[in-house]
Amino acid sequence: MAADVSAARAALAGVPNEPGAPKPDPIVKGDNIVRTFGGLKAVDVEHIEIQRGVITALIGPNGAGKTTLFNLLTGFDEPDEGDWAFNGKKLSNVPAYKVARLGMVRTFQLTKVLSKLTVIENMRLGATGQRGEKFWSAAFKSLWSAQEDANTVRADDLLERFKLDAKREDFAGSLSGGQRKLLEMARALMVDPELIMLDEPMAGVNPALKQSLLEHVKSLRDEGRSVLFVEHDMDMVRDISDWVIVMAQGQIVAEGTPQAVMADQRVIDAYLGAHHDTDISEIDVSELEAEAEAELDAEAAEETHP
Amino acid sequence: MDIMQLIDAALSQALGPQAIVFALAAIGLNIHFGYTGLLNFGQAGFMAVGGFGLAVSVTTWGLPFWLGIIIALVAAVVLAIILGVPTLRLRADYLAIATIATAEILRLIFGSVEAKDTFGGSNGLTGFSATYKNLNPYGGGIDLGIVSFSRNDLWSITVGWTLVAISCVVVWALMRSPWGRVLRSIREDEDAVRSLGKNVFAYKMQALILGGVFGGIAGIYHVLKQASAVPTDFNSTFTYYAYAALLIGGAARVLGPVVGSILFWFLIAGLGSFFSQATEGTDPLIPDFIMTDTQASLVRFIVLGLGLMLLMIFRPQGIFGDRREIAIDGR
Amino acid sequence: MLLAPSAALAQATPSPTTPPAAGTPAENPLVDGQNITVTLLDVKGGKGDPEPVPGVTLTVFKDKSGGEQIGTQVTDAKGRVSIPIPSNGVYVVSLDEDTLPSGVTLSGDAENEKTITARISGNNFAQFQIGAAVAQQVAFSEKLTDSIVSGLKFGLIIALAALGLSLIFGTTGLTNFAHGELITLGGIATYVFNRGFGMPVILAGVCAVIVGAVFGFGQDKILWGPLRRRGTGLIAMMIVSIGFALLLRSVFQYTFGGSTKTLSQYVAQPRDDYGPISLSPKEIAIFVIAIVAIVIACIAMMRTRLGKSMRAVSDNPDLSASSGLRVDNVITSVWVLGTALTALAGVLLAINQQVNFQMGFKLLLLVFAAATLGGLGTIWGALAGSVIIGLLVEVAPVISIGGYQPVPASIKDVGALVVLILILLVRPQGILGRAQRIG
Repeated sequence: MAADVSAARAALAGVPNEPGAPKPDPIVKGDNIVRTFGGLKAVDVEHIEIQRGVITALIGPNGAGKTTLFNLLTGFDEPDEGDWAFNGKKLSNVPAYKVARLGMVRTFQLTKVLSKLTVIENMRLGATGQRGEKFWSAAFKSLWSAQEDANTVRADDLLERFKLDAKREDFAGSLSGGQRKLLEMARALMVDPELIMLDEPMAGVNPALKQSLLEHVKSLRDEGRSVLFVEHDMDMVRDISDWVIVMAQGQIVAEGTPQAVMADQRVIDAYLGAHHDTDISEIDVSELEAEAEAELDAEAAEETHP
Repeated sequence: MDIMQLIDAALSQALGPQAIVFALAAIGLNIHFGYTGLLNFGQAGFMAVGGFGLAVSVTTWGLPFWLGIIIALVAAVVLAIILGVPTLRLRADYLAIATIATAEILRLIFGSVEAKDTFGGSNGLTGFSATYKNLNPYGGGIDLGIVSFSRNDLWSITVGWTLVAISCVVVWALMRSPWGRVLRSIREDEDAVRSLGKNVFAYKMQALILGGVFGGIAGIYHVLKQASAVPTDFNSTFTYYAYAALLIGGAARVLGPVVGSILFWFLIAGLGSFFSQATEGTDPLIPDFIMTDTQASLVRFIVLGLGLMLLMIFRPQGIFGDRREIAIDGR
Repeated sequence: MLLAPSAALAQATPSPTTPPAAGTPAENPLVDGQNITVTLLDVKGGKGDPEPVPGVTLTVFKDKSGGEQIGTQVTDAKGRVSIPIPSNGVYVVSLDEDTLPSGVTLSGDAENEKTITARISGNNFAQFQIGAAVAQQVAFSEKLTDSIVSGLKFGLIIALAALGLSLIFGTTGLTNFAHGELITLGGIATYVFNRGFGMPVILAGVCAVIVGAVFGFGQDKILWGPLRRRGTGLIAMMIVSIGFALLLRSVFQYTFGGSTKTLSQYVAQPRDDYGPISLSPKEIAIFVIAIVAIVIACIAMMRTRLGKSMRAVSDNPDLSASSGLRVDNVITSVWVLGTALTALAGVLLAINQQVNFQMGFKLLLLVFAAATLGGLGTIWGALAGSVIIGLLVEVAPVISIGGYQPVPASIKDVGALVVLILILLVRPQGILGRAQRIG
């Protein structure tokens, strides 16, 4: 793929720092995505666009709905309402496996490497369009062995790139947490995705491995893919993302370049709470009590006169 | 204690048609549970549609024998589809209950008085095995000293073990292929497989159909070897025994179900003969107040139940299996 | 015999049926080879033994009456004819009414022709209805009330067992395939205390429930507890329970024997009429005992500290443990309570009918159906599901739509099993259960 990173980044320069801002070349566009769990709106996104060819970070405090949005977009969960499209193709009720085949591949927060398969077998599993996976041709090795060999060559290249080649014949269950993250990323690449979605790739990875992971994520963009990742690690976000989307309480509250977002008041409020800069010693206790009682009365009134 | 008689009893069951039925059924279960992690407890139901598919086609509907075989196999496929479409998304233990219930419904309907005209009621059906019997090339039985087989049994054994061998080759070829790799991955983590673009439901359905067809073949073989299709043969206890045979040999291994079935029957028949001899006659080895001869035939099932428990607790991978591989830890 | 695939164990090939010995004069011998055999018996309205009807002419036609005549014969002193037929196929047997002795008539619809499909290479049998009394047509409403009462009674007995199953599943997640054997234990223990130790049935029942509770305690302490602590997966435990069920069933058959036995009291009691409902004294007792036990158990679950602990562990074992609940002790209590209730179900079953080593095994799927229908893990759900299943099993066979019986009485369990499957497909959490991802 032709990698014109600087051009893609430049395209973002003119995008306003508003939630749901339209992008010059969106790979994913979504409207009115809502998901409720037992009365609580976990996701309530009015509009979202993800720019092609850059690294977008999806951040927000715990419970903001990031992973739920991830699950919805990739078909692992069903929304109450909403539409979204990938490269113009509507994905609203498409099952997860079809979403992956279209080119939108995700990884998981708790890695899902297949521990009972070897590393190389994990990789081979990722290849698409395998004739050997079709029931009627599976029994006849001659029909699929050439393709399997070609896939294995690709897999070995990727394993080398991710420095997992030494572990090729080991069971994936024997890998460390960080190595499993790498394996999952490498395996996702076997699918040759256009948009790769990483769910907390840094979670549980030891600091020594983090830098290497970061370089790998950048290389994904550099070879022309689009990347969307969910993260808590602000260093990573600042370091590699080209664009940041901030969620809080199910909604998108801010968007922009990392620098712009870090300074955005709405983002600070979302993470730290609306009164974060109030000096506690200055608080009038009786005023607070009066406020609290008024709230309780209002609640009680609501219950008797709904 | 007549050791030769004991060995004869044990070997004739372990190498005979009975073990073959179990081997075929367990090969099917191996595909379901061993390789894909599907807890199908209705294998007796697949056998029933296979066996009665043949019997009804030939005896009730008067169709030719080979057409009856085809109908029986198609019936097994149809059952798998009807069963699979709604139930494959169920959790493991719920799938187990749903499949047992289906097999029981089939057994009750096949044995019912109301469906007697088609299925022969509780007596079942006979008169469909003439073509099979006529193909028998052997002049007589065989006596190898330690074990002997009648002419009919010898033919059944020839046909049966050939079928088992072909089935094992098919399973081996399929499971070493990428298709088999997908199944084993589904067994461990379906979502991971989905995220790589594979249609998990379709693979599970293929596995269910393939294993069900082996169950159907087991049913066809069962009714042919005894020349009658009796509904009570296809009960839930049979499925439990088939699972025991599979687990003894080792799930997710090509030869696991075969070796397991042979061992299973060797033990059951051997124990049966041992205790039967120990309690027969006027001065039995085991005195009457501890064990009568009717009770003797039950000891092996007590041993079987206990054995299955100990197997699952201490060595769930059986003889050939790899402990890391089997699907017993998931929910 | 559900223990082993029937004929298969005993022999490799079946032997053909032997024809009865011939010998008395004026007898039509059974034809060697394919034939149609008819024996005419006058049932005489059920009074006295059936008598053979000799001297009647029967004719066999191929395919239809008046078609190609295959053979004709006159019934012998035993009322029998045996006419050879050339092959499998459809035949019509025609009875010449003029040759019937005086006073003997065809009953029912007075059919004098029977169509049979010959399939067996030996004797193919046909029968004619002679002398049967006109059956008293029981009013549908009476059949309905009777079946509803039976259904409720059966449902309450099942409810005790389903409650036990639901409690155990709720707190441990175990799908216990040996649950049927716990019912059998209650029944057999009652028998042993009653017939073996000479206790009156009621006392024997109480002792049987205690035995059940102790057995449940032992099971958790010796088997399930250690397995849980070892981290054994639920599927493995399920298969262990299958082996356990096999073991227990065989031990029961070994010690109790294969035959069905009755208790010493309350065996056959006539029903008294209470308005539209008729119940025998023992049935009233069963209703009362079952309802009282269920109500006490449910109130205990709702109100007592132990009950609340059980529900907490069932909801979230980790949270319960971290908030100080001794989860292991709670689970042991659940086993004791669950097995006591299930043993009581066995006691009531023994009083209601008889004792047999398979009595619980035969009910296992129905108990699963009841507990799943109501919601595995719930309390009131087990009761609701059981009553519905009980009514389904007893009432469905009574219903006929346009003369057609959708659920024939001989396979009345089928209706309940179909419902079980439907519930698992449509609403696996049952009526009262919480919706969880079941897949």
